[in-house]
Amino acid sequence: MSSKQVWVTRDFLRCSGCRMCEISCSLSHEGRIWPEASRVRVFMYAPGIEFPHLCAQCHDYPCVEACPTKPKALSVDEKTGAVIVNREKCISCGNCIRACPGHVPFLHPKDNKATICDLCNGDPQCVKICREAGFDCLNVVKYDKGQGEALNYRVYARHPKAIAEGLTELMFGEKMEV
Amino acid sequence: MRGYAGKFAEINLTEEKVTEVRFDESTLRNYIGGRGLAAKILWDRLGERWDEIDPLGPENILLLLTGPMTGFYPGGRLCVSGKSPQSNGITGSTVAGEFPVELKCAGWDGLIITGKAKKPSYILVKDSSIEIRDATHVWGKDGKQTLLKLSKEVREEFDKKYRERLWREPGMVYIGPAGENKCRVAGVQAKWAHGAGYGGYGAVMGSKNLKAVLAKGTGPLPEVYDQAKMLELLDQVRKASIANDVWRRWGTGYLGYYVGNVQSSEPVKNWQEEWHDEKSFAVDQFESRVWVKRYWADFGCPTACEKLSVARCGEFKGAITDNPDYETQAYMGTNLGVFTPEANIFLNSVIEDLGFCGIQVGNVLGFAAELYQRGIITKDELDGVELKWGDAKAFAKVAEMIAHRRGLGDILAEGTYRAALKLGKIKNMNLLQYAVQAKGIGIGAHGIRSGLDYPQLHSYPCGAQGGDHTSVAYLPITHPSSEHTTILMDSGVYCMFNSFSVTPQFQIDFLNAVTGFNISFEEWYNEIASRVIAIQRAALLLGGPDAKWFGSDVNPPRFYEPLPTGPCKGKAPKLEDVEKMKSEYYKAVGWNEKGVPTSDTLKKLGLSNVDSVLKKKLGL
Repeated sequence: MSSKQVWVTRDFLRCSGCRMCEISCSLSHEGRIWPEASRVRVFMYAPGIEFPHLCAQCHDYPCVEACPTKPKALSVDEKTGAVIVNREKCISCGNCIRACPGHVPFLHPKDNKATICDLCNGDPQCVKICREAGFDCLNVVKYDKGQGEALNYRVYARHPKAIAEGLTELMFGEKMEV
Repeated sequence: MRGYAGKFAEINLTEEKVTEVRFDESTLRNYIGGRGLAAKILWDRLGERWDEIDPLGPENILLLLTGPMTGFYPGGRLCVSGKSPQSNGITGSTVAGEFPVELKCAGWDGLIITGKAKKPSYILVKDSSIEIRDATHVWGKDGKQTLLKLSKEVREEFDKKYRERLWREPGMVYIGPAGENKCRVAGVQAKWAHGAGYGGYGAVMGSKNLKAVLAKGTGPLPEVYDQAKMLELLDQVRKASIANDVWRRWGTGYLGYYVGNVQSSEPVKNWQEEWHDEKSFAVDQFESRVWVKRYWADFGCPTACEKLSVARCGEFKGAITDNPDYETQAYMGTNLGVFTPEANIFLNSVIEDLGFCGIQVGNVLGFAAELYQRGIITKDELDGVELKWGDAKAFAKVAEMIAHRRGLGDILAEGTYRAALKLGKIKNMNLLQYAVQAKGIGIGAHGIRSGLDYPQLHSYPCGAQGGDHTSVAYLPITHPSSEHTTILMDSGVYCMFNSFSVTPQFQIDFLNAVTGFNISFEEWYNEIASRVIAIQRAALLLGGPDAKWFGSDVNPPRFYEPLPTGPCKGKAPKLEDVEKMKSEYYKAVGWNEKGVPTSDTLKKLGLSNVDSVLKKKLGL
């Protein structure tokens, strides 16, 4: 069990836009309901085209690569594969945001430190509530280290605009300027 | 104060000035937020001259209010209020979406918007900063274009200006052309086809030259009084809602067939009938033909009773709307003789773009079509449109005439009641017999003739919000369907549709966990809700400058015509039974035989000044 890494899959068409993932995430990490401090954020560039946006743990971790401090403020959790932020080391440069293909990380509204999904130490709270509600947009896949390369998880690290454009075409039957 | 951000913003559009407003704890405890606080604010500022205030003039106040439960209780909503251009009273009209949560996270419990902007404007709230901005470039644009354009502009501006994150869209409410042209049937819209419709506040926004309000808040929701208790109750109400399978899967969508077929209380062809057996309008037809998203929710909602509907092929290709929920299935469907899902979502998409309340414009369109059916108005008066039952495209054309106040559309834009009076004068006929409204507000799609639906005989005549089906006068007043209960939802400001699996007491407990107010069941019904209703009632009785309702607690004449079809054929209420229910209700809420709250009632509620204004203005 402890050797398994976890990965949060997303089925965008099943996202209801309820944002209960944000409520659970921020309650768990901040003790408050705080949508803009939630590590998972639901984007809605067009109504009906809601989808959760969170770290996909790219196999090459460009955010960690781009972190300029020595030692790095960003590191990878051995067990889960999550990107862990050492808030004391973070200099709020925003390099990780720009390096991320999906621009997923953000600086925390309270202290301006880089904020990234930590996979709740292997038990993501966002997934729990999404499944409890039966929406099943978010799901957890567990896998052994080494198998990870076979999972093309970097596909989720995309700009929300690209995701939204694809979804508008799929759902509305035509492209929509978002 | 827990559950509140702690401050409101007063935005004077004439002077382009923003000031902070705070209410003390006892005011908030007495009026909570949303609808309750709206009644308080409006009465304090406009009460003495209520009958003189033009709802579409710069003196009116537009309120966009959250409540202490907004964001905490599942299903975040915003309460929109002001002096209503439909009833000339006060309506607490709520709309779902993320805007109210953004507003609270930005540190504001609500916006008090006064005056009138010199040019088309929008308001942008970004945390503590509030700006009034030029909206000339979106004025005249339809609903979907307005939302996509402004939302994108602001988001991209934030991306350039604030580099700490890739920004999501802000929360937003807006109006379409109908609101800009001050149609009294215009709503304040959000997302797709979400609207605060009852009351006609889209017209109030338009009268203030206000196209939209956008908000982005990066802070947390306020601290609550007892977080452990609140989370325990949140878990319970979520679980109860999740267990409500039928409601989740179909939302109110299953009622389009059910209310007509089983309850015989659905408007068909301007309420000439209330029964149909059109299985083409059963929910499975919507589910399998037009729902591209089966669960669509607003902030914090596990129920997701909204569904996203799209016509992806056929003659109505390109139509996008929500569910549609039962009300607009009925008012954009059966009430117009339209019985196919695609035509129904086409009309919903059109009226969303034009910025109408689906219920109110569906009511006046049905009224117009009946006049056409009877030969009272003709094709020539309708720019050549043959307004035949079931012709969705013809109704869409007339809706457009209304939105732009073209030809006869200018009269219909006044809403059914005023249109009946104006057109009646021109035609020299009594057209009120075809107007299905109460207090100037088109009646929601739940009739009373069959006796099988929830509204009671006196519900619409005595309701503080006229024809509003979500806020009906009900006996006993402690019943979950009563407007005394609705005021809890409209003032805590959360979604009624997450309340069906829990009791009113549960919701009061939730309010107490958030605020620490320690309000009892009895205090809620006998004091707080009663106080709000008393103010709303006084505003209705005073009315003005045009319509006034003193001595006018009546059902529409149509409700006394026996049902012509279906298993309830021949049924209609007796006037004496309605009068009996009315007197019982008057007694229960402490009004005299003329329906005026007694001095004793008002004094007990701490509303002596309401009493003195009523006495003076009504000549009692």
